[in-house]
Amino acid sequence: MLPDRHGRYGRYGGRFVPETLMPALLELEEAYRTIHRTGEFRQELAWYLKDYVGRPTPLYFARHLSAELGGPQIYIKREDLAHTGAHKINNTLGQGLLARRMGKTRLIAETGAGQHGVATATVAALLGLSCDIYMGTEDIRRQRLNVIRMNLLGAKVVPVESGSRTLKDAMNEAIRDWVTNVRHTHYVLGSVGGPHPYPMIVRDFQAVIGREARGQLRRRTGKLPQCLVACVGGGSNAMGLFHAFRDEAVRFVGVEAAGHGVDTHHHSATLVAGSVGVLHGAFSYLLQDPWGNIQEAHSLAPGLDYPGVGPEHAWFKDQGRAEYVAVTDTEALEGFNLLSRTEGILPALESAHAIAYLRRLAPEYTADDIVIVNLSGRGDKDVDAVAEAMEVSGAAH
Amino acid sequence: MPRIDRVFKQLKAKGEKALIPFITAGDPDLATTRALALEMAARGADILELGVPFSDPLADGPTIQAASLRAMQGGVHLENVLNLAGELRAQTQIPLILMGYYNPILQYGLERTATEAAANGVDGFIIPDLPPEEAGPWRVAAAKAKIATIFLAAPTSGAERIRTLGRLTKGFLYYVSVTGITGARTELPLDLVESLKEVRSLVKCPLAVGFGISTPEQVAGLAPYVDGVVVGSAIVQRVARLRGQELIQEVGDFIAALKAPLRGN
Ligand SMILES: Cc1ncc(COP(=O)(O)O)c(C=O)c1O
Repeated sequence: MLPDRHGRYGRYGGRFVPETLMPALLELEEAYRTIHRTGEFRQELAWYLKDYVGRPTPLYFARHLSAELGGPQIYIKREDLAHTGAHKINNTLGQGLLARRMGKTRLIAETGAGQHGVATATVAALLGLSCDIYMGTEDIRRQRLNVIRMNLLGAKVVPVESGSRTLKDAMNEAIRDWVTNVRHTHYVLGSVGGPHPYPMIVRDFQAVIGREARGQLRRRTGKLPQCLVACVGGGSNAMGLFHAFRDEAVRFVGVEAAGHGVDTHHHSATLVAGSVGVLHGAFSYLLQDPWGNIQEAHSLAPGLDYPGVGPEHAWFKDQGRAEYVAVTDTEALEGFNLLSRTEGILPALESAHAIAYLRRLAPEYTADDIVIVNLSGRGDKDVDAVAEAMEVSGAAH
Repeated sequence: MPRIDRVFKQLKAKGEKALIPFITAGDPDLATTRALALEMAARGADILELGVPFSDPLADGPTIQAASLRAMQGGVHLENVLNLAGELRAQTQIPLILMGYYNPILQYGLERTATEAAANGVDGFIIPDLPPEEAGPWRVAAAKAKIATIFLAAPTSGAERIRTLGRLTKGFLYYVSVTGITGARTELPLDLVESLKEVRSLVKCPLAVGFGISTPEQVAGLAPYVDGVVVGSAIVQRVARLRGQELIQEVGDFIAALKAPLRGN
């Protein structure tokens, strides 16, 4: 199974980091490989996932949404019901337990939507570790609720003023912190991007999503799904859902953020409209100008507002193992409304991208087919932003 | 003999150490960089390091980040820096090293970068986000064009990696003085001299130290343990603050002051 021992998925991945961090990445890989398979670690993680996170999350048959769209049976994997309200906790818990065993006393993380920051702050509180979260000031404005949550959990939110003041810049600052404090600090990277071994570690900790969904659907229907759909920012909730199905004849669809449209300069559709290069330690697709400078991304969903993507997705794209598509801010808002009205579930704006794509996908399937969509997070954090956006677009009722 | 090697050899014969100043190319514009480079060469610099602007310089502190941004606002990118090197080469024989992040080099093309760099009189590259594990393709391109790939070693590297880095590097090994990013510091790590002695015992190539070094006193303290000293942010701060002839004069005087303790006695 990939990655190979150089941390590569085909030509993608690798470790393009300053020398200062190389020993830390090697140490992390070594610690991960020895610790995560031990019975003791697995039991500890399983216990926390069940009693603390509330797993397994339900696989919910969305009858009304299915009827509304008139195609396949749509099942929703309810990561929004995990503790802290998104899939991010699966990863932060795993990395937190690992960091504690490595003797690290401090956790740092970057955050866009604030969900990964909240999930890291939560685990830091739980495990008694100190915690600093880097967040762009634009995102601090957009996701105030999550900033308050992180503060209440005892973490320090460090505002980042550089660049587009969003996720990419927060990640730059988190890496700079790690370069400086690497001896006692563990960097809890929030998605399947960044240098090896992060894409592997985060995928493995998120793979619980697909493992559960597969078992839940089999017990209920005895079948495999035809198709899996998930939004892609860095790609962790998507990879988490896909991974357990990688050797099956199941179609994978990753939905990126088209922002104002992929033919404008205001989008985050890295796989759909980007090109290959190196960002934040990995060779993958990214958004860049002809000189290799990284371009600012845009999405209404802060968790998707990132000009890079995990290297395994880049590999999946080139292999044709997964398809990547993009939906606009406006479509995502429609997706938000659709799920809220039909099922009584407010999705995170990120997840609303996956929901929105179901409208385009549904006509390809019949009622015998099953599609699982990952509801990566809940929408409480987004209600202000959604209200504001709907007012602007005149869609408010 | 490559220019960098020759400089270290000549300095050694004279009992001197190398002063290696860094500025970001195009900060605030290319004409200023050219004037500064020539002034530094005239006032005691032995090797020049020119930064290639990049949008996301993640090994750099606020000073060099801001310099990179100022240069990018002037539209400066790798090709301009290569041309600037060519102009400098027409006027001085001082070794020129470009310090740039990997993605702009990758997008320009590894072979194209190396060949054009060589044609413009560039002697080496420092690529801070390209550790030896990932450097294979670049090293091939660079070696073919006779461009030195200069590796960084860090306080976290450990003896085994430092030995490897010392074997792979060309020109000199660049030891990062602090566990951290670039930026002028008033105090260097207490154990820096001990670390330098250890590195010295592990590698055969010339050894330079950089990151955080900002005063002639610090340079004097480190000189006995290295073959060269890199000073970056402390110069870039002056570029940010001053303009025109005043800037050139001030940087020239600063270079002279930094070089003094490196001249031996
Ligand atoms: C709810 C939610 N979904 C999705 C994402 C996007 O990340 P990824 O693509 O890694 O799942 C985020 C990121 O913040 C998020 O908060």
